[in-house]
Amino acid sequence: MQPLNILPQPPATAPPIQPPDPTATRRQLALTTAALAGWWLVYHQLPAFADLVAFRLLGLAAGSRLGEAVRFFVYDAPKVLMLLSLVVFGVGVLRSFFTPEQSRRLLAGRRQAPGNVMAAGLGIVTPFCSCSAVPLFIGFVTAGVPLGITFSFLIAAPMVNEIALVLLYGLLGWKVALLYMTTGLAIAIVAGFVIGRLKLERFIEPWVFKTLAAASATPAAHHTWPWRIQYGKKAMIEIVGKVWPFVLLGIAVGAAIHGYVPEGFMADIMGKGAWWSVPIAVLIGIPMYANAASIVPVIHALLEKGAALGTTLAFMMSVIALSLPEMVILRKVLKPGLIAIFIGVVGTGILLVGYLFNLII
Amino acid sequence: MEIKVLGSGCAKCSETEKLMQAGVAEAGVNATIEKISDFQQIATFGVFSTPAVVIDGIVKCVGKVPSKAEALSWLGK
Repeated sequence: MQPLNILPQPPATAPPIQPPDPTATRRQLALTTAALAGWWLVYHQLPAFADLVAFRLLGLAAGSRLGEAVRFFVYDAPKVLMLLSLVVFGVGVLRSFFTPEQSRRLLAGRRQAPGNVMAAGLGIVTPFCSCSAVPLFIGFVTAGVPLGITFSFLIAAPMVNEIALVLLYGLLGWKVALLYMTTGLAIAIVAGFVIGRLKLERFIEPWVFKTLAAASATPAAHHTWPWRIQYGKKAMIEIVGKVWPFVLLGIAVGAAIHGYVPEGFMADIMGKGAWWSVPIAVLIGIPMYANAASIVPVIHALLEKGAALGTTLAFMMSVIALSLPEMVILRKVLKPGLIAIFIGVVGTGILLVGYLFNLII
Repeated sequence: MEIKVLGSGCAKCSETEKLMQAGVAEAGVNATIEKISDFQQIATFGVFSTPAVVIDGIVKCVGKVPSKAEALSWLGK
């Protein structure tokens, strides 16, 4: 495998680079550092704050149903929103180093296996709007990115996203978050590899190949650090501004389940003993279209009440990575056969992950 | 001036279209704005990340909502 060159290349058409103003740069770095320090201080006061609000200010009894539900909400809501803001900002800064054009150039003509691994990684860090999936697919395939490698990219992008990881980390701990990330990547890599081996190019609508891979029209600019910080901030405001109602709603549902649903309630339906619950969880997840922000808090509550981890993660992956609206859009470039194989391969991967975790944990 | 906004119809794409309309009004230039959402047509511009803005056949911006200042600079203001 060639060494990864992720730095933006200055092409001939690069716009003139403004020399950064050193005072402004220093001021922005100072502000960013201060914001991070403030974040850290506030974050560590949250448990005390939740106790104060639930038990002192509202006068609810510790251990009572309502008291526990309220405390859960008052603690989790700011915690998750703060974690989300921080990570979305960080990922935004990271993504400012990547563009779809660069990723395409890196992946064009790659061999399988190493190419799939690289594509899954790039799928996570390359910024693109989810509704760009089809133009992106066309751009990749016509530029000589192998079909299977393109799929690894397209599967990893929604599955391993920063919102899902933050929420898993914040609510369930780093082990579950890491587990989700590794298995999500593994599914993207293996599913793309399998699709590549099956040689399914005939299932792509013929007009796609008639589109010439025009040279990238966007001039890639050399970016400065202040620009990258700005980019991260913009991503944070945009994403957190969009998902916070879902996060709050999800946590509220989670809080209600936490306080009112008896322990072990889910054990019969979604517990380890119920082998049939994994495929059912995957099947239910496909037509469901929810973002990670609203699904994770619900999952948290399900786990708490005795649902098995494998079954629950399988459900979450299926909801996030396999969605009906996406299939409808992909139908414009893919024949039904390939869409069915795509669902089949990814679904099988998710199923295996579900069983694996139910078995080992 | 012929302005084309390429995008499949998500929030960012319509935001871009509105921004270009506002930019044209502000710059006071004579321009037509056309929204293109057909993937086949989008692909002919070599664009694979939307929203994108094409002015007189030249791709100006890809994969993001442009800023007002950028939009105005393309319109010659």
